[in-house]
Amino acid sequence: MDKRLINWFRFASPQAFYPLAGRMIPWFWALSAVFGIAGLYVGFLVAPTDAQQGEGYRIIFLHVPASWMSMFIYLVMAFWAGLGLAFNFRLSGMMATALAPTGALFAFLSLWTGALWGKPMWGTWWVWDARLTSELILLFLYVGFIALQSAIDDPRRADKAGAILALVGVVNIPIIYFSVKWWNTLHQGSSVSLTKSPSMAMTMLIGMLLCALACWMYAIAVALMRVRTIMLERERHTEWVREELGAKAKEQ
Amino acid sequence: MYWNSFSEFLAMGTHGIYVWGSVGVMALLMVLEPVLLVRGQKSLVARLKRQFRAEKTERSTQSQR
Repeated sequence: MDKRLINWFRFASPQAFYPLAGRMIPWFWALSAVFGIAGLYVGFLVAPTDAQQGEGYRIIFLHVPASWMSMFIYLVMAFWAGLGLAFNFRLSGMMATALAPTGALFAFLSLWTGALWGKPMWGTWWVWDARLTSELILLFLYVGFIALQSAIDDPRRADKAGAILALVGVVNIPIIYFSVKWWNTLHQGSSVSLTKSPSMAMTMLIGMLLCALACWMYAIAVALMRVRTIMLERERHTEWVREELGAKAKEQ
Repeated sequence: MYWNSFSEFLAMGTHGIYVWGSVGVMALLMVLEPVLLVRGQKSLVARLKRQFRAEKTERSTQSQR
């Protein structure tokens, strides 16, 4: 029991996490590629056309995974930020910082694919509807988090300020998620729900879930890549960074 | 396979531009992000190595005096 605890905490230090992350990144890339190819194959080549929306509905295979990730990454980012605020772990602030740009990317993609879906189906690129507006606020929260952190020179103070912003912004996530229920929106209701059986064909659902898994693996791979760069940058005055880079120089 | 021909696949009914506009931008950004990260990591490693080497030579020249 004790041993396991110690092992877990060992990876909470940047020094131990840096090489571990480096070894994990290729696996997440491979998984992302496999799920992505499978998902796009099912979504674009196998799934039948939608009775109401024609072929334009196929944007769902990009739009829903991007939207899910934009919300989920925010929750993970806020979790790390909160952990950092409470316990002052070095790693947690770096994790939150590493996740923000990828979350912003998915929030942007959610809005972009949504606009391209909205135009043929609703006749407009954009409406100030609760779902769309709250997703736009999510993008602004990510951008605000990144801007706030980069405006503060001391990384530990930047982490703290960012963490407070991230935690306050968590309120927005349930608002996005339930907006289609709480308000009368132009945006359709959720396609997949935990309590009801899905309102879509099985092949469509499978394609969407595979694409979502691909985005998930992508997000992990990219976040690990970014956190490694942040670790080197922030810990450049420490001995382990010197050893890590020195050892690599000898290998070459 | 759902489609009869490749041109039918590209047309996506009448929604080709919307579907491929989504796919294109998403693919572009999801390629661009890791490429930029790899570049950033490489340039940081190079900068730190230069810095460490410089500090090392500085120390050794100081000790020679």
